[in-house]
Amino acid sequence: MDQFTINLLFVGGSFALYIGIAIWAKAGSTSDFYVAGGGVHPITNGAAIGADWMSAASFISMAGLIAAGGYANSTFLMGWTGGYVLLAMLLAPYLRKFGKFTVPEFIGDRYYSQNARMVAVICLIVASVTYVIGQMAGAGVAFSRFLEVDSTLGLIIAAVVIFLYAVMGGMKGITYTQVAQYCVLIVAYTIPAVFISIQLTGNPIPGLGLFSTHTESGLPLLTKLNQVITDLGFNEYTADVDNKLNMVLFTLTLMIGTAGLPHVIIRFFTVPKVADARWSGGWALVFIALLYLTAPAVASMARLNLMTTIYPDGTSSAPIEYENRPQWVQEWEVTGLIQFEDKNNDGRIQLYNDAPSFQDEADARGWEGNELVVNRDILVLANPEIANLPGWVIGLIAAGGLAAALSTAAGLLLAISSAISHDLIKGRFNPAITDKGELLAARISMAVAIVVATYLGANPPGFAAQVVALAFGIAAASLFPALMMGIFSKRVNNKGAIAGMLSGLVFTLAYIFVYKGWLFIPGTNNLADIPANWVLGISPLSIGAIGAMVNFAVAFTVSNATEEPPVEIQELVESVRYPRGSGKATDH
Amino acid sequence: MSGHEYDAVSYWKANLRLIFGSLIVWALVSYGFAILLRPMLYGIPIGGTDLGFWFAQQGSILTFIVLIFHYAWRMNRLDEKFGVHEE
Repeated sequence: MDQFTINLLFVGGSFALYIGIAIWAKAGSTSDFYVAGGGVHPITNGAAIGADWMSAASFISMAGLIAAGGYANSTFLMGWTGGYVLLAMLLAPYLRKFGKFTVPEFIGDRYYSQNARMVAVICLIVASVTYVIGQMAGAGVAFSRFLEVDSTLGLIIAAVVIFLYAVMGGMKGITYTQVAQYCVLIVAYTIPAVFISIQLTGNPIPGLGLFSTHTESGLPLLTKLNQVITDLGFNEYTADVDNKLNMVLFTLTLMIGTAGLPHVIIRFFTVPKVADARWSGGWALVFIALLYLTAPAVASMARLNLMTTIYPDGTSSAPIEYENRPQWVQEWEVTGLIQFEDKNNDGRIQLYNDAPSFQDEADARGWEGNELVVNRDILVLANPEIANLPGWVIGLIAAGGLAAALSTAAGLLLAISSAISHDLIKGRFNPAITDKGELLAARISMAVAIVVATYLGANPPGFAAQVVALAFGIAAASLFPALMMGIFSKRVNNKGAIAGMLSGLVFTLAYIFVYKGWLFIPGTNNLADIPANWVLGISPLSIGAIGAMVNFAVAFTVSNATEEPPVEIQELVESVRYPRGSGKATDH
Repeated sequence: MSGHEYDAVSYWKANLRLIFGSLIVWALVSYGFAILLRPMLYGIPIGGTDLGFWFAQQGSILTFIVLIFHYAWRMNRLDEKFGVHEE
């Protein structure tokens, strides 16, 4: 059986499974649609959160980022997991007790203000839409590589599948599909990693293999990797960073942003009790950690494998001849994600760091520049091929990458559609709408959101690469502080909350736009986006944490200068703090 | 009624104490051991690198899991002790 057929079987089989689950879990009421009827077991919910959270970014890109940056990019590992500690202790149990369907609804009720609710709706939609573009684009890439179809056609197939199970099943369909998708993606991620870890270190657990001995050289794996890459002019993999302030703030931004992203928060509304919301956070992190503890191992091992592929006889010998390059390099060259240019016309592939510090050695060896450019996003997808694993593992990776992209896209689309149907249509324009009418509105807004996301995924705006900073910056600077103060302070009032959200948001956006261009329009940036220009060395990606602090400070100052919230609001805050009598999530 | 009020206040204070303690550990393993205090841990070797690197790529995540389960377990017991748990 050829590789194409195998990929088709794995991807087609997994899609059939998702649609089967969706038919079984059809939503009958708004409660089913928004919160899966509120009857999801904490472990089931944990797995669903895991799939919801782990997107194309976690599955496809993260290991590549760590492989390229080494220690410095540990920020992603800590940032995207540490947020769950904040979520489980500061938000989830109380929002579950509050017992409504959406995040803007809590903000609107707690700050007794339709305006606050609308600010939250806008933040939610901007953060979620920017995020969903990346997922759709990721699904398109996976389709075009593994099913050899045009990426636009691939995207449309993905959209139809999401449409079938998300529109029909709502949160109920999404929850159970996400559990299946979690299983597919974790198996797909782990199996190649285990094989590679055994090949390199003899240890079957990749997370332990990372700190074990490299069998071939007898050195610790990381020492061997440091040696190989410094021989070629790169920085040590484990090297410490100089700009610790920026590293701290970037990690903090990712953590606060994670805790403030609405599509994750609403998952906690689906469990029956407050105690279950607490357990859910723990289980979610267990399921996420299975991938996150493996990712750094995948990163270092793939980097070492790549280097030894190019330099089979060691870094001091000549690199591999272009004619003899492995099959996987040829296949990825077709997609343009690996590019080779024989700068010194010796027919060999020189892969090294083109830095001034390495110039003398490069001259001595007759090298005229780095000749191989490898897009870091292909690392996980190409990993099984780099390690010569059998064809079914490659089919599995294809299904896993698609599961990661689709599950996150569905979660985001649900958050967007519930904000539109519940907060905008029912909350603002037509409060008298019936349950049935609202369910129809929810399905229509979901369908529209899918069409828009598919279009943007096929024609990504030029700023697609920047949007992650935007999504996390917005969630960190606007939503998280408003939610947290709503629970932990009885004093913060409507004026304080709105002023806080807006100032946090404007401050964060302004700092990002100064370096990245206003509304990301190229050429409109006031300062070049280089570390020398950053205030105190703080990158635009790290500014969300400062934006959150601005939000807190402004909200407290304005609230203290104005009147106390009404007594019934103070009682509401009091009631979310105590689990007794939560009932299931409703809209009344 | 006043006894109930008193209990509610102590329950919330106990919760805040638990959160505060958990967040100190949370910050210590990630911002502390993995980033700012890493140079102090250079002397502790682990698999070809130092303890700070291990905390950055594995240790902090493992600690986060323990923190959340510990919090959930303690809080669910506090709920019962103060009689605010759900039936």
